[in-house]
Formats: sequence, C-alpha cells, structure tokens
Amino acid sequence: MNLLAFINDKRVRDWFYQIAVVVLLVGLTVFFVRNASENMLKAGIASGFGFLWRTSGIEVPFVLTGYTQADNILALFWVGVANTMLVTVIAIVLATLLGFVVGIARLSSIWLVSAIAGAYIEFVRNIPLLFFVLFWYFGVIAALPAPRQSLSVFGVAFLNNRGLTIPLPDGMENLRIAGWIILACVLAYAAFHLWARKRQERTGLHAPTLRVGLVLLLAIPLLTLAWAVLATRWDVPALRGFNYRGGFVVIPEFVALLAALVTYTAGFIAEIVRGGIQSVSHGQIEAGSALGLRSGQVLRLVTIPQALRVMIPPLTNQYLNVLKNSSFGAAIAYPDVVSLFMGSALNNTGQAIEIIAMTLAVYLVIGLAVSALMNWYNARIALVTR
Amino acid sequence: MTIRTSVAAALLVAGASLAQAQQLAPSPTLDAVKARGNLECGVHLGLPGFSFANDKGEWSGLDVDYCKALAAAVLGDANKVKYTPTSVQQRWPILQSGQVDVLSRNSTITFSRNATLGLNFQGINFYEGQTFIVRKSANVKDAEGLDGASVCVAAGSTEEKNAADWFRERNLKVTITNFQKNDDAIAAYDAGRCDAYTAGVGALAGQRIKLKNPDEHMILTKPISNDPQGPVTRWGDERWQLIVRWVLNGTIAAEMLGVTSKNVDEMKANSKNSEVRRLLGAEGGFGEMMGLSNDWMYNAIKQVGNYGESYERNVGMGSPLKLERGQNQLWTKGGVLFTPPFQ
Repeated sequence: MNLLAFINDKRVRDWFYQIAVVVLLVGLTVFFVRNASENMLKAGIASGFGFLWRTSGIEVPFVLTGYTQADNILALFWVGVANTMLVTVIAIVLATLLGFVVGIARLSSIWLVSAIAGAYIEFVRNIPLLFFVLFWYFGVIAALPAPRQSLSVFGVAFLNNRGLTIPLPDGMENLRIAGWIILACVLAYAAFHLWARKRQERTGLHAPTLRVGLVLLLAIPLLTLAWAVLATRWDVPALRGFNYRGGFVVIPEFVALLAALVTYTAGFIAEIVRGGIQSVSHGQIEAGSALGLRSGQVLRLVTIPQALRVMIPPLTNQYLNVLKNSSFGAAIAYPDVVSLFMGSALNNTGQAIEIIAMTLAVYLVIGLAVSALMNWYNARIALVTR
Repeated sequence: MTIRTSVAAALLVAGASLAQAQQLAPSPTLDAVKARGNLECGVHLGLPGFSFANDKGEWSGLDVDYCKALAAAVLGDANKVKYTPTSVQQRWPILQSGQVDVLSRNSTITFSRNATLGLNFQGINFYEGQTFIVRKSANVKDAEGLDGASVCVAAGSTEEKNAADWFRERNLKVTITNFQKNDDAIAAYDAGRCDAYTAGVGALAGQRIKLKNPDEHMILTKPISNDPQGPVTRWGDERWQLIVRWVLNGTIAAEMLGVTSKNVDEMKANSKNSEVRRLLGAEGGFGEMMGLSNDWMYNAIKQVGNYGESYERNVGMGSPLKLERGQNQLWTKGGVLFTPPFQ
C-alpha cells in the first residue's frame, strides 16, 4: 500500500489524533503523580493510603453507621459520606416538592399568590447560599430554647437548641415486620395498577385505582406502623444533667443545612417548573378540553408529561447543585464528608492529596449516579416519534 | 612556568579561597528572606494575646513577638515581617508549600505531626494546657462535671482528640461538635449551641474577651492535658532551623541573664558575664556562625525585648488576659522554661 495514501487516510488520521491525546493525558497524569510523590518524599511528608486504617479518635455528634471514635479513619470517611448522602437526598425531595408548589403558585391567576411566589424566587436567587446556611443556623439556635426549657412533643421527643431528641426503639423486631408488610402493600398496589392499565387499554374499563390505593398505600401501612410502634419498647430520652440522655439526636446543624438547601434550591426549581409549564403551547390544553378531558385530567395527561420533558435536564443540574452545595455544611459543623474527612482527618494525618482525591471521588460518584438516574428517567418520558 | 611554580600557585589560590570566608552550609530560606527584605510568618487568624491585628492592621501578641524577634535577628528590623493569618486547617500546607518561612501560631508539638507532616518544632514558647470555658450559671467546677454536656471545638486541633480521649477514658458521655474555625466554634458556644468550648488556657483567656458578656463565663482552672507550643519549620535547610531555634532560645536566655530591652546597650558595653557578651555579639562571633550579623540577638532584645517582657506585655499582668507565668516561668523561678547555654 502506498505510504502517502495511508497517511492521508481520514480514518488513520482520526485514530492517530485520538491515540495521541490519550497518550498525552496519561503521560501528564503519571508525570504529575510521580512528581508530587517524589517531592513529598523529599519534604518528609507521609503519603499512601495506610493512614485509613489508623484509629481516628474523633468524636462525631451525628452518626448513622454505628461508628465510634475507636474505629479507624476509613470508618470516619463512611460516616461523612453517609451524612452527605442523607442531607442531599432529603433536600432533593423536599426542594422538589416546595419548588413545584412555588412554581405553580407563580402561575396562579390570583395576583397575591403569584406576587408572593415571585418575590420569594427573586429573593432566593439573588442571595448567596452561605448567607442562607448561616442565617438558618444561627436562626435555628436562637429560636430554640435551652435544654432545661425544651419543647416537649407528646412527652417522648424534645426540641431544644441542642437538636431534636427522638426516642429510639429497643428492639427492631416489630418494626422490621411492619416494614415487610408495607413493602408487600406497595408491590401489590404496583401490580394492581399495572393490571388496571392493561385492562383499560384492552377494554376501556376504569378500575377503582384511587380506593385500592388508599387502602393499600395509606390505611394498611398506617395501621401496621401504629401496631409496630405500640408493640415496641422505646428508649425515651430523659433530662439528666446538661442534656437529654437516650434516644437519637437530630442535630441543629442538620436541620439548618437542610432548611438552607431546600429553601434555596426550591427558588431555582420553581422557575424551572414555571418555564416547563409555560412551554406547553396553549393549543394543547385547548385540544385536551375539546376532547372532553376535565381540567385536572388536562394537567395530568397533557400539560405535565410535556412540561416534564423540558424540566428534567435543568432539574438534574439543580439536583447536582444540591449535592455539591451540601458541602456548605462544613461552615456550620455539619459532619459531612468535607467537614469530617477534609477537616478533621486531613488535619490529623496531613495527607492532603489522598484525602482530597477521595473526597473528590465521593462527589463524582454520587453526582454521576444522580445524572444516570435522571437521564434514564428522561429517556423514559422522552417524546416517542412515530 | 615550571611545574613547581604552577603547583604553588594552585595551592595559593586554594588557600586564599578557604581563608576568604567561613564556609557555611547553603540556606535557601535565609537567602530568600534576605533577598526579599522581609520575613514571611504564619500566624493565627486572630487570637488576642498571641496573634491579633488591631484596627490599624498592626499585629501584636506572644507569637507575633517571636516573628518580630526573628526578623530583627535576621534583617535587623523587627517590623520587616509579613504576617499570613492561617486557620487550623491551612497552617501546615502553608508552611509545607513554602509560602511562609516559619509558623508561629500556637501549634501544639505532637509526635505524629513531627513524624508525618515533614515539620520540625524548634522549641517551646508557650506551655499550654487544655481546659474549658463554661457559663457560670451551669455550676461546673471541673471537667468531670461536664458529663452529658455538648462541647464545641475546632476540627483538626489537638483539643478535638484530647477531649474525645479524656471523656472516653472516664466513661463520661459528651457530645463534641467540630467547627472548621476557632471563631466559628466560639460563636456557636456564645449562641448557646454548646455548654462548653474547649481550647488551651491561654487561647481561652484571649477568646473570652470576644464573647458578648465575658463576665458570664468562667475558665475551668484544672487543665486536662499539657500542650507545649512553639515555632515550626519544614524539614530541610538545617541552617534556617538553627536560626529559628536559637532566636527563641536567645529570648529566653536574655531573661535568664537579666538582659532587657532597657538595659541591653549597657549590658553589651559593660557586662563582664561572658555568656551575656556572647549572646549580644560583644564576643564569640556567634551570629556569623549562622550567616547572620553578630548583633542578631542584640537587635532582637533591643527591639522586641526578652521572653519575660513579651509575656507580660501580651498575655501576662500587663495585658487584658492577666495570665500567671505558671509553667511559663524560668525553671529557676518555679516554672519549666529552660534554654541550653550560649557557649
């Protein structure tokens, strides 16, 4: 084969450039990693991941994983990851709910409702998040009483400026049974729903989905829970000395960070919801009405499915922002992965590169997982052109 | 030229270059400080008595005085210091990366810091003991009385681990909330988030002044640990480490020998004590041995004062902190301060 023709072949060139870029990238990474480790060795700074198995010795006020200060630093890392995920997931759910409400209120035909929603959105979107975090934090602490003057919730939970102390079950037996029953109900409802839809497509008959749903998703779960709660022995917190002992403490840092993330992100989500709904052309709604659908049905079957398509990509961005913004918890001592791992552990071991890389990986992995989930959902509801 | 004359010439040149100057190990840090014309000193973000900038941006404090003494010894002028305020988290990377020449920031000397961070501690300028500040209304007499309490602390400090260990050993249940900065922790304590805030006695005396009502709070007197603190350098550049160490020793030796900023001129001229004369550069040529001028400690004492003067002015009875000398007294007077001889 002719050499000139080979060099001028477009496919050959494409491959060449791509390989060249990969080699360059790998080379650069290797260069920087080796350079850094050599320099650190020269400066006498420890490196490697051996420190993860050293005893941590750090006390954490908000633990979901059973960690104690006698565990190793890796266990401390997981405490941070769990706390980051906890606040992120709850904040995403609540921010979405609040955002939808505000977004729909923004479109309300009642002037006052629309104006309040508009003012909220403008206020939230033009203020830095750190301000929100500190405002909620010192607001929460200042608003709540000292432990001795706690607000009692039916005598079993207590709210004060050290957090909300809630009872913990002594045994999980009954609660676990209740969990299985509720799961069975949910699965039964899902099966019923599927069957009802198939039947409707086939025969046009409506099934009493709402009533079955009320029984399976509300009545039975509530009764089961009530039974489980009453049948379990509880470790009820009691005031002894400085604070309440026993039970589980939901710390004010968690509440403040959650409130800040939810109120802040809801402002952005509201605008996405408004934009999404307004993007559905009015003709679609009129067409729905002309077909004889009621206004609720028009919203559910015509407007929202089309609005969602516009809303999902920017919503994904907001969800990723919630994840990243949860690191603001470090400003108020919420023990997330940044505060615990990049704060306490980094300082105790001094192994900045390893610890920052691991923290980075946490955000990357969770972020990519959120994206993947949202992309899957987006593909599912995408317009299928026939 | 014969072989004999050329050999003689070569020997002559070699001899001349040996005689010309005393050979010193290279010190990149000292050269950089001299070339720059100022000393880069890492200090606390703001701790009255130790490192604190007033409304004119002038720094003062015990740790700041050490920076000044070092600048006076190296550059002849105590004001040629550029201060870099650092948080608990920033202090090591800033020193390791070479952004500061020395860190003088009430940092506790510990084994693991020495062994794994690539840092050397050059002596002790303050013997600190960790304790707690509590509200007087809480009626707490000692740390044991804190059972069940919430304690605010700065994350990554020695106090964070000390407190956790101390309460665990005694089977006391204490909730520790870790803040990123000392100021955040004390603000949260002031807002009622915690029953106590923990730090060293000296640091607490300084931070207490920042509280809304300092009189409503008290510092528990019995410390739970011993935390010696002093200036820190990075590994390497032994000659710079030597200078940092002996300037600190010099300020303590000056107090021991009775040299103060007031009598330093007279002592240099008339003292018959040869250790005083060596310290102040009247004999011995000690400064030159490190690549400094021989009046290095004279400048430091003249411009900043000896350790005792600095202590009284910043944290002692001449300051709002009103700390006793305690352990930080000379060993001859009941404390533990000690310096090797200038010989």
